Amino acid sequence: MASTETTTPSTTGKPDDDPTGPATAPDAEAPAGPAADSPAEAAAGATAEGDTTAAAAGTAVSTGAPATAAGESRPAAGDLAGLEAGLDALDSTVVSRQPWLRTLLSKAFPPLIAIAIVLGLWQLAYHFQLKPHYLLPSPLDVFRSLQQKWLEGTLLSFVWTSVSRGALGFLASVAIGTVLGLIVARVKPVRAAIGPILSGLQSLPSVAWVPAAIIWFGLSDATIYAVVLLGAVPSIANGLVSGVDQISPLYLRAGRTVGATGLAGVRHVLLPAALPGYLAGLKQGWAFSWRSLMAAELIVNAPDLGTGLGQLLEQGRELQDMSWVLGAILLILIVGIGIELLIFAPIERRVLRSRGLLVKS
Amino acid sequence: MTTNTLTKPAPAAAGSTGPYAARIQHVSKSFGRPGAQQQVLDNISIDVTPGEFVCLLGASGCGKSTLLSLVAGLDKPSAGTIETPGGRPALMFQEHALFPWLTAGRNIELALRMRGVPRAERRGEAERLLELVRLKGAYGKRVHELSGGMRQRVAMARALAQDSQLLLMDEPFAALDAITRDVLHDELTRIWHETNLSVLFVTHNVREAVRLGERVVLLSSRPGRVAREWQVDIPQPRRIEDSAVADLSVEITEQLRGEIRRHGQH
Repeated sequence: MASTETTTPSTTGKPDDDPTGPATAPDAEAPAGPAADSPAEAAAGATAEGDTTAAAAGTAVSTGAPATAAGESRPAAGDLAGLEAGLDALDSTVVSRQPWLRTLLSKAFPPLIAIAIVLGLWQLAYHFQLKPHYLLPSPLDVFRSLQQKWLEGTLLSFVWTSVSRGALGFLASVAIGTVLGLIVARVKPVRAAIGPILSGLQSLPSVAWVPAAIIWFGLSDATIYAVVLLGAVPSIANGLVSGVDQISPLYLRAGRTVGATGLAGVRHVLLPAALPGYLAGLKQGWAFSWRSLMAAELIVNAPDLGTGLGQLLEQGRELQDMSWVLGAILLILIVGIGIELLIFAPIERRVLRSRGLLVKS
Repeated sequence: MTTNTLTKPAPAAAGSTGPYAARIQHVSKSFGRPGAQQQVLDNISIDVTPGEFVCLLGASGCGKSTLLSLVAGLDKPSAGTIETPGGRPALMFQEHALFPWLTAGRNIELALRMRGVPRAERRGEAERLLELVRLKGAYGKRVHELSGGMRQRVAMARALAQDSQLLLMDEPFAALDAITRDVLHDELTRIWHETNLSVLFVTHNVREAVRLGERVVLLSSRPGRVAREWQVDIPQPRRIEDSAVADLSVEITEQLRGEIRRHGQH
């Protein structure tokens, strides 16, 4: 045991090193406070009686013989502050973030190249007529088809109809899924009863609900929302359940010791601790909402319902217009990816980074 | 035998600063179902007077962490009573147990908030506590940006934020490197002197116990019983490499080894 402590005197014995430690630290914030007065104290040595920290050491000897012990070889209290500042500076890692332009280039460039290659191969296949042109239109044909709808002024309304349906369905799913998830995670009998069913529901393709929903609600918006809810609620609830399960018991224990119990414990400890898992569930919930919505829109097609992207796709099929169909598929993909990239990815990154969970390679 | 109420009259000056910061009397603790029970603590009685620094020392299986959980009120004893007149004790673990979704300052403020400190005063109080553990300027730092020693100091500030008379520490420096641990020993001694806290400090490190404690209580293992007590009269500030600390450590280590040897004989 004593052998492990032998390294200590070698560092405590040379207090002259301490001021240089924080002084060379590039981060100005943390070490600046303690470091600012440490060189002065180190220089003044034990004579700095008026200083608060030195005075603290003087009163510290309350049990027996006064500060005679401190006079020998041991460093004064000022050295402790300097020593600590030095240790803090040595141990702290300075986290620097890449410039955003470089991040953007390194992140956006590879996918763009991949897309360009796919488009090139597609164009080649079109050029050499792997299939007749009406079965395999060129990328430009698809673009023109979309451009035509854009010029007709209908394209954005298709997108908006679907996105607003998806958003509304998703928000309702979040409300239901969150409450359901909390109950399943915290109430043991409920969990035993419906926990396995809830995770099993995730593997049920939500398109399977469409016939049932049509029988219940007919060709209406209610059918579409029912399918979206049945698709998204289980994954959101499951995300929250696994988020709660992954909370380290240490946090719950620490929460109880500082007095965060009951509802305060749920609010200040349980929910924030479960946030990463919950966010992953939300992200998956959105993907399920969007998928379910497209399945529902594809089948639930009535003139008095607004035309969404799924209905657009179905109309293209009826007209046997392959450019139209491919254009609609592309739009569905772009909206799905776009919402994930623009909304969920930044939130998730922010949460993970603030907790030090985002490890940069 | 359930919680035995004592016939002895309560001390007259029972208030926030009574004659005891913690009074552990005839405490036993068993785990497991009836019939297949394992006794962890057996009839432990320890008094901690206000302002006293007591180190609980023992090998693995002596139930020192269990005892600390009982004193903290996280668990109930199978028998005996525990009184902590100063309110709910503050508790520090080997792991810093700071919440990673809050900054260092906000971690402290959560403890203040749970204690009922008004919002307007929390920020200033948190800054003051950070300054006490010499982490001025760390208010906005995230937990992962701090070193191991800094995290334990924030955890100490959070424990102090509970404004309890009694600080329970469960091997708080065991996971730190030797240099940092040595500095935190100095730091803890200084803060203890500045705050009039009573400390019940659990460790398996004999030198650490002698370096810090005014009193060292040795627990035997399986079940945990009080084996012996030492009054440490070496004046503070001590150093872990002081010869007086070493001498007493040798004596206590001998006793500790004797306790451990007993378990190999059956």
